Parts: sequence; structure tokens; C-alpha cells
Amino acid sequence: MTKIKYVEYSGKQHEIDVSNGLSVMEGAVQNDIPGIDADCGGGMACATCHVYVKEDWFNKLPKKSEGEDDMLDQAYEPNSNSRLSCQIIVSDELNGLVVHLPEKQI
Amino acid sequence: MIDTDVLIVGAGPTGLFCAHQLGIIGLKCEIVDNLDKLGGQCIELYPDKPIYDIPAIPECTGEELTNNLIEQIKPFNFKSHLSDRVQEIKNDNNKWIVKTLKGKEFLTPNIVIAGGVGSFEPRKFPSKSCEKFEGKSVLYSIKDKNIFKDKKVVIFGGGDSALDWAIELSKNSKVTLVHRRDEFRGAPSSVEKIKELENDKKIEVLTKHSIKDVSGNENLETVEIKNEEGESKTIDTDYVLGFFGLIMQLGPILDWGLNIDKKTVPVNTENFETNKKGIFAIGDICTYPGKLKLILSGFHEGALAARGCFKYARPNEKYRFEFTTTSKTVKSRIGVKE
Repeated sequence: MTKIKYVEYSGKQHEIDVSNGLSVMEGAVQNDIPGIDADCGGGMACATCHVYVKEDWFNKLPKKSEGEDDMLDQAYEPNSNSRLSCQIIVSDELNGLVVHLPEKQI
Repeated sequence: MIDTDVLIVGAGPTGLFCAHQLGIIGLKCEIVDNLDKLGGQCIELYPDKPIYDIPAIPECTGEELTNNLIEQIKPFNFKSHLSDRVQEIKNDNNKWIVKTLKGKEFLTPNIVIAGGVGSFEPRKFPSKSCEKFEGKSVLYSIKDKNIFKDKKVVIFGGGDSALDWAIELSKNSKVTLVHRRDEFRGAPSSVEKIKELENDKKIEVLTKHSIKDVSGNENLETVEIKNEEGESKTIDTDYVLGFFGLIMQLGPILDWGLNIDKKTVPVNTENFETNKKGIFAIGDICTYPGKLKLILSGFHEGALAARGCFKYARPNEKYRFEFTTTSKTVKSRIGVKE
């Protein structure tokens, strides 16, 4: 189990134990965290699991997969801290990861 | 009014295979889809991506899968109504009257919702003031390119639509292309062409910027863009075009009185009927304990929903299960000669 903190746009925080091997998106969906839609179910075919990751953690994450930036172009208000949470796989190294949810997904 | 046994909402793989199953058991159906082609997500989101988990097909692309499904339902001559969307339903004496956005009307005892995660619609600019000009000078698709002749146009986006239109419109308009990052995801040849045009001063390219706002009184006058540092600049323009791909929205289905749970519709697993009699939901849009969002699950759900439709479409007949390998009736339906 790895602790992931999801911060809603309103500032409300949810600290969740997520099993290693799941994606940050799945951790949110399985725990009913509002603000992550994941319409395509993790196929990197939409941009509705978009999160912002601040620099301290952003640089520690595995690099973006091919095509992730292309999908992020279609996210709501993406910036250089944007990631698709379906592409971040939870592992021990990510213990304490904080992701910030956008104002909305679409 | 079009009279049919079943109206299928959504022409993705699940909807298409359900049509096949309806044809096999001798029912008629009509298919409505918001896209301009059959295939749903398979054709719109990943036509070239290989799929590896279709039973007995080790690998195929979304486009190949779609083409095969279309081929498979050809014998039934079902009619599809593309670029249209179901809008409202009304119960009428154990049947449903369904109206579409384009004004078509269907009378049917069965509706099968195979709508995936909703209908595809263009992603719009976040700014509120864009709504004021939407359809006039803030556009998400182009119907008549001649309106841009000798005008100033600002195009947002980094994919093929944005690049192709930037190239095309640069012939007769003053074009500025704005994209949120340095890389473009469009075809390499288009990216090359954009660079050429930029060097020749035929087009202006502003990367690492996104839209902030638009303004104007009667007509659009300026668009304001910002970079990540929050610095903004204002560009005079006649038109603003946004090409950010498509988003999926459940739309009017939400107002049909169906139970909805996290954008999905709960169904029973016997025939995938919803809480409304004669309305079925299959594929990604339905939910039940153990639901998997796989195409193969959608096929199974479609096959059972088709049988569920039978009892409302032919209340005085008894459904008989038949194999395609042995049944003469079924073979004649798919046009196989013995």
C-alpha cells in the first residue's frame, strides 16, 4: 500500500492507501474521489483523469508515455505540470505523492 | 414516423453486434449515432491502434474491427442515421416514441442504449465570453472556408485539424496558430509545412500559449492569450477557431428517467434491461456487479439484450434459440444459400 494524496480544486484533501500496481486514476475511482472522470477507463483515449503534479514530485515520476502529451492537449487547462493519472502506476517510490485535481475535467 | 422493432442508440462495436443479433433472430432495427460514421470510439479514438483481446482475433485495429462488424450486418440492410442524436422519448401505449435532434421520429417497443460514455462533441474553450460568439466568430468546426477570405483568424490546437486548417486558411487569410506546447501532434509533413509557412512569414506561430479570453461588442475584436507564467497578450482577430478534439457527453439520456450511477446505467444481467420497460443498456454505458468495460462483454450484452427485445417486439410469438450453423431460417436471414 502506498499513500497518495488527492487534492480537489476546492482544496479538500483525500489521503488514500492505494495498492501498488494500480494507477493513480484507479485509486481515485475505486475510492470515489470526485474530480477524476476517467471516461475511457484508462486506455489513454481521453483526457478526463487529468491531474497536476507539482515539480517536487513531477520529476520523480516515470516519464510520460508516448501519446500522453497528445491527449493532454485535449485536457481542460493543461500546463507543464499536467499528467494523465491513468499513466502513473503506484509503487513504493511514490509514497506520499500529491496530485492536484483540475477545476473540471471537460 | 419510422416504425421499427428496436432502436439502437450508438453505432460502436456493441451497438453494431447487437444489430447483428437482432437480425439473426428476425427483428428489424434502426441505428442512430452522433458521429458521421459507424464504429464509435473504435473509429473516432483509435482507428489505428491494435486491439488484442477480441476472442479469436489475435490482433486487429479499431478500423478493421468496425469494418468487419459492418460487413457482418450487411445482409440485414439495417438503416443507420448518422450525425444525429436521440433527444427525447415518450411512452405511448407500451411503445416508445423517440425524437432526434434533426427531427426524425421513431416508434418502437425497444430502445437499446449502446452509447459508450456518451456522444462525441467538440471540446470548447473554457472562457465564458466565447459562448457569446460561438457559431458566429468562435468556431469548433468549419463548414464554409470562404467566410475567412481576407480575414484575421486565430487557430488553437496542435493536432491534425488545427494544422490542416492553419495551412489551408493561410492561403487567403492572416493566420495565427496558438498551441500550449512546442511540439505538435499532427502529421510530420503538416508540422514541416507549418514551419515553412512560418519562415516565409505566411503564418504566425505562438507556442506555449493558451486562450484566456475573447472580447468585442457586436463582433469579435480581440483574443487574449496567456502563457504559463501568466503573462498575456492581445491579438486583433475576426475569427477564433478551436480544435481540441472531441469529448464525450451523456447528454439527453440523463433526462429519460433512467437510474444513473456514475455516468453509467444499472441493468439486470439476464437481458440488460434498465429500470424502464423496453429500454436496454449494453456496452460501456451499462453497469452491473462484475462489469468489465471490454468489447467482448459488449458483444455478450448485445446478444442477450436482443433476446430481451424479442418478447416486446413479438409478444405473441415464442422465441426459439437457433444456431447459425444449423438453422435454415437463420441462414436465409443472412442470405446463405444451402
